Amino acid sequence: MSPLLIEIYVFVLAGFVGFFVITKVPALLHTPLMSATNAISAISLVGSLVLAGADRGGVATILGFLAVTSATINVVGGFIITDRMLKMFKRGDKKEKAR
Amino acid sequence: MNPRTVFIEAAYLLASVLFILGLKSLTVPDKARHGMQLAAVGMLVAIVGTLVNHEIVTYGWIMAGLALGTVIGWPLGTRVPMTAMPQRIAISHMFGAVAATLVGVAEYWHLGNGARVESAQMAALGFEVLFGALTVTGSFMAFGKLQEFLPSKPVTFRGQNLLSIAMFAVGFGLFVWLVVDPANPAAFYAMVGLGLLFGVSLVLPIGGADMPVVISLLNSYAGLASSATGFAIGNNVLIIAGALDGASGFILSIVMSKAMNRSFANVLFGAFGAPPPPSEKTSQGLTARSITAEDAAIQLAFAKLVIVVPGYGMAVAQAQHQVRELAQLIEKNGGSVLYAIHPVAGRMPGHMNVLLAEADIPYDKLREMEEINGEFKNADVALVIGANDVVNPAARSDKSSPIYGMPILDVDQAHHVIVLKRSMNPGFAGIENELFYAENTSMLFGDAKASLSRLVHEVKQA
Repeated sequence: MSPLLIEIYVFVLAGFVGFFVITKVPALLHTPLMSATNAISAISLVGSLVLAGADRGGVATILGFLAVTSATINVVGGFIITDRMLKMFKRGDKKEKAR
Repeated sequence: MNPRTVFIEAAYLLASVLFILGLKSLTVPDKARHGMQLAAVGMLVAIVGTLVNHEIVTYGWIMAGLALGTVIGWPLGTRVPMTAMPQRIAISHMFGAVAATLVGVAEYWHLGNGARVESAQMAALGFEVLFGALTVTGSFMAFGKLQEFLPSKPVTFRGQNLLSIAMFAVGFGLFVWLVVDPANPAAFYAMVGLGLLFGVSLVLPIGGADMPVVISLLNSYAGLASSATGFAIGNNVLIIAGALDGASGFILSIVMSKAMNRSFANVLFGAFGAPPPPSEKTSQGLTARSITAEDAAIQLAFAKLVIVVPGYGMAVAQAQHQVRELAQLIEKNGGSVLYAIHPVAGRMPGHMNVLLAEADIPYDKLREMEEINGEFKNADVALVIGANDVVNPAARSDKSSPIYGMPILDVDQAHHVIVLKRSMNPGFAGIENELFYAENTSMLFGDAKASLSRLVHEVKQA
């Protein structure tokens, strides 16, 4: 099977998994969901890293550097802010016990 | 397959699994934090895996980029206040799209400006830079509108939709041309430029209250651009993560559109232009009753059930902490307090929930619209804080209203409704709200934060 076909398989199946998992996320957590998926899709950092380090000439390296910077902003900022938000969601009964 | 490739692929597979588990954990609020920490570990694994890639020969620029990104990303994660979350998310869509677009452009340039690009790869690259470019400028526009350095009112002009459609058609035409004949740098860079312009024209006519849909849609595009990057460079973890992001943004856009009873097309191309003339009904000399903080406090102090309805006004006034203080006083008096959250209250999906959680309000008291609507008839007081369109009964009854058919919170069924509002100015799109003139409604005018502080003070006295 050609690599492209395999990639299409992966894309379609991942899309289904995403659809079924995410439809179950309650509206309560829609903002953290958005920041979480944003942080996760900053995985494009992986492509940027290769670009910045593969020594394909000045233009590619500079574009790679900028891409690494942008993606890293989302990785670092995205996971931190998601955690910061999720930390705030507490149940009422648990909080009573903690006091 | 050499050991290095096996290691890299294993790292990517592990990362993909952890990403899916992380998103799955978001279905259970108590487990969400732990799950997302695992996803962050997955990201680290993928990065470490990539760094041993044989193609990487120099680490200088990589380290510089990682360092600079961390320096910028850290305060964006730790410092940005929860009230600024919508613009924070909008700008992060831009960063994600910038990365995807640059990788696409560099890849095309590197492969002899398309000379060594096959049609299939060109299709992936084309998607990548087209979606990437329009998300870059679209997200920046959304950021500007939310941060209010750009007008948050819809900006419209004659022939706007025609221009947008024409740009899209030409962009798509160039895309098809490139797939047939990839070695065509002029067409490629023109397509990137057109994508950037299209992003601007897409968001320009969209008003503040429609932002939840647009942010969700841009979220989806940023994901699809990442996924296309995966296709272009043959990397599965990018395809998977991008597909998850794309699916998430798509679902949220649908949820948001449904909550406004509008189609995508209507949100994107049917901007509420000039404010419609005030509807006949409200011009018939009806007057709203205003109430003093003292009288409102008495109602609240003796209420058994109070339902708080927060809206964008609460976010603007940053009044969530005062809301909690008031709720605690009511609870001390033996009443109970619930919160009714409309899906499009605020400027992004889940905006109100985050603000209330920040103020230490337990999440089990935050109720979704379908869940709470039956409760309003039992509520002694419905306290509307800076919400307008989402509580407008015209959505149920007035066929001429632009928001007719939109599901709303049935606050008018509560025994008393107290509306905290700055003035009688109609809200977004100038739609009059009958609720404010209803028999059982009283208006408490002023800044939401100041009004709530006065209420807290008065309830203590009562």
